[in-house]
Amino acid sequence: MGHPRIIDPWGERTPYGQGQPWPERVDQHLADGIDPESVDRWVLAASLLHSNGDAMEIAVKDDRIVGVRGRADDRVNRGRLGPKDLFGWQANHSPDRLTRPLIRRDGELVETDWETAMSAVAGRLRELIDTRGPGSVGFYTSGQLFLEESYTIAVLAHGGIGTPHVDGNTRLCTATAGEALKESFGCDGQPGSYEDIDHADVIALFGHNVAATQTVLWSRILDRLAGANPPRLLCVDPRRTPVAEHATIHLAPRPGTNLMLMNALLHELIEHDRIDHAYVEAHTVGFEELRKQVADATPEKAAEVCGLDPADIRSAAELLGTAERLTSTVLQGFYQAHRATASAVQVNNIHLLRGMLGRPGCGLLQMNGQPTAENTRETGADGDLPAFRNWANDQHIAELAQIWNVEPQRIPHQGPPTHLMQMMRYAENGSLGALYITATNPAVSLPELHRIRSILEQERLFVVVQDLFLTETAQLADVVLPGATWGEKTGTFTNADRTVHLCEKAVDPPGEARADLDILIELAHRLDLEDKDGGPLITWTTPQEAYEAWQRCSAGRPCDYTAITYDRLRAGGVQWPDATPRLYADGAFRAHPDDCESYGKDLETGAPVEPVEYRSLNPDGKAILKAAAYRPPHEVPSEDYPMQLITGRTVYHFHTRTKTGRAPELQAAAPDVWVEVSSVDAEAHGWSEGDLLRITTPRGTVLAPARIAGIRPGVVFLPFHYGYWDTSGGSRPDPSYGDGAGRAANELTVTDWDPASKQPLYKTAACAVTKVEGVAR
Amino acid sequence: MNRINALLHDLHDSEADLAGLLLHVSDRHRAEHEVFHVARDLAGWSADHLRELSRIGHERGLDLDPEPPDADTLLARVRQKAGELLGRRSEVGLLLLVDLREVHVRAAGVSVDWVMLGQVAQAIRDQELLDLTSRCHPETLRQLRWANATIKVSASQILSG
Repeated sequence: MGHPRIIDPWGERTPYGQGQPWPERVDQHLADGIDPESVDRWVLAASLLHSNGDAMEIAVKDDRIVGVRGRADDRVNRGRLGPKDLFGWQANHSPDRLTRPLIRRDGELVETDWETAMSAVAGRLRELIDTRGPGSVGFYTSGQLFLEESYTIAVLAHGGIGTPHVDGNTRLCTATAGEALKESFGCDGQPGSYEDIDHADVIALFGHNVAATQTVLWSRILDRLAGANPPRLLCVDPRRTPVAEHATIHLAPRPGTNLMLMNALLHELIEHDRIDHAYVEAHTVGFEELRKQVADATPEKAAEVCGLDPADIRSAAELLGTAERLTSTVLQGFYQAHRATASAVQVNNIHLLRGMLGRPGCGLLQMNGQPTAENTRETGADGDLPAFRNWANDQHIAELAQIWNVEPQRIPHQGPPTHLMQMMRYAENGSLGALYITATNPAVSLPELHRIRSILEQERLFVVVQDLFLTETAQLADVVLPGATWGEKTGTFTNADRTVHLCEKAVDPPGEARADLDILIELAHRLDLEDKDGGPLITWTTPQEAYEAWQRCSAGRPCDYTAITYDRLRAGGVQWPDATPRLYADGAFRAHPDDCESYGKDLETGAPVEPVEYRSLNPDGKAILKAAAYRPPHEVPSEDYPMQLITGRTVYHFHTRTKTGRAPELQAAAPDVWVEVSSVDAEAHGWSEGDLLRITTPRGTVLAPARIAGIRPGVVFLPFHYGYWDTSGGSRPDPSYGDGAGRAANELTVTDWDPASKQPLYKTAACAVTKVEGVAR
Repeated sequence: MNRINALLHDLHDSEADLAGLLLHVSDRHRAEHEVFHVARDLAGWSADHLRELSRIGHERGLDLDPEPPDADTLLARVRQKAGELLGRRSEVGLLLLVDLREVHVRAAGVSVDWVMLGQVAQAIRDQELLDLTSRCHPETLRQLRWANATIKVSASQILSG
């Protein structure tokens, strides 16, 4: 395994007690032969390989990145870095970086110059907009772009072209976090703070394997566990993760049944009167509905549905109900599963019933999966309107029109924005003529990959990909634009607890690669996007100017950035708004009908709540206790597909390995796909460690060696990171290998999503698993 | 009582119709994934209503079929296959709007039937009928809102395409 931080991703303990500050520990990794004294300069940055937002500095020598070290003075990590941060920077130097634009000629992608590439892109987009209307063009953005880039895309698409088709890959990771917050609090915005970990006496992790997704946050929890007055942990996860191993109570529900479990936990809280009645009365609406909804959700009933012991459900409710400072976190185990929003909302309900919000240790963290996911949501690069404005509120549209100096009718707001999966559907039926993809890889990350490939490679769809490498998606594009990355451009981004960091340019990008912001601004100018007075719509040319434009747009909204300048950020990360540690202190929500970002949705059908209905339900802008009935998942085990499939992450890789697969230590730590099966299933079927297994669903087949692991019997786990760029298949499974079986988990996943958040279900599918012999890779 | 029984009978038939229509729409638009899945879920709600109506009808001497339309018939699978094959053509969007309009109209009819049942239940102080109405009618309204919302989301792309 090599390096000690590969073997122990969380590093040495620095124990601390409840309410004490988290001690510093500075982590550093420099290239062989480089010592800290020989570094020419250290450049301010933060981690772009997970959502924790760890502050760091980039070491530069002879105008080349030679390493990183954590920033001890930063509130988020106090010097610590995870393995992806310590080693991931090496991908910047990878010899296969794209250095020139590519354009498809006679079926092949060939190198070209920027003028040819950009005039092809702008020409085709302009032609489509003029002949078929703005709705023929869509943008698929990314939780890896900087805030400045995301905002520029939002202005370009919403205010310039006027298309409702803008979404980010945050749809796959964090859409449910945003939706759940909107449903409960009327507005997106993380209520809690990482400092709540320091104060909590109970930490509940719902579908959140923090040890893999945010190693530094897990170090913080491990340090609390090693110190005085350690917190007790509740872990809800079908796998026996490191979190589960440290938990006081581990519940491993059957995939697809989270909502049933949550309703039973709420049933118990109400049954045993673990309720802050004064808080509920003063600050919420909907208690009676919730009480009725969970009245028959007894632990016995939930135990049967979820495959759990009712005594464990009772103990878990007792833990939640007796906590004095409860901090909860939620992630993909809930967000990517059946009834995602409804389940995540019930975690909010626990905090509302217990009055545990806005105070130290009473933290609610609906987590993000990606480093800049928060910015995608704030700026409108996920289709929502910038700065948490409400598409159904004409006053909000008028404000935005004034800020952009465009007519309000230019901004699409006739309905909810088009989410990604619907955009793919429009591409499939031909009504979308162009898809502009920035810094993401749908040909590996979206469900049912054979379908996604067949959509992206249609002649009638013009696909532009802006990326660092020739990804699986880029291989299917008509034009590929080489982008600069972290360390090669300047911008800001915001982590899962609202901490904004500045990430500065340390070195030049390779070859002719350009900063994403520069490419987007050039595109806007080439499309002649103008304001209503005939001036240019995009008035900025530098990252700082783009940021200042965003500050003006955010003024007065919950995510107000006006007090957070570039200069202030040079001293370390700052939480919005104006270094506010926690939102909603004293029950002051942003849910008033005139102020809220959303009137909410029917959690089961996805139908938006009408403004009039919201106004009568919640005239004073209180928090909303939203109830939802459990219903079984759409795809359940059957005779042909008797097991359940869930997909997920490893600590060593990010997303589709575009960078981490090119960092030697990370690649060596997790070089290829595997499948986790329980010892019970292994014994029943005669599978041994390393046996090649064939996992099949109605969508496709994947071959992977078995790992016998701690996982609920009847459930198998596949990591989703592995695609084909480093295999003979290139963009797809090699037909000559294993009857065309793939290695991307998403060959198998189902095209189905949560109707409220529109987040695809990666963790609720039925599959068949068999052992195969005689297939060589 | 005969008039109430007649109303229960009509309501049962209109719920069965709606369940059948929702399944039909689901199958026909197999390529529109959200419509496919949610329409099936909503057909399930109408199926629940059918069972409840049948139970209460039985107590009142009515013979109402508790069985909802079968969701997994050979014909349904044929329709789904056709839905998939046609899914790559933009014209199928117009058909979707027509189908959703029909769902909206029929759900509105069911809703009106529930309103009438609720009114008479209050008038004669029949708690069982009143409970049934307050359980089922809100779901009918949600079916109605779903059809409306889905039309709203789809119409501009389909009609301007």
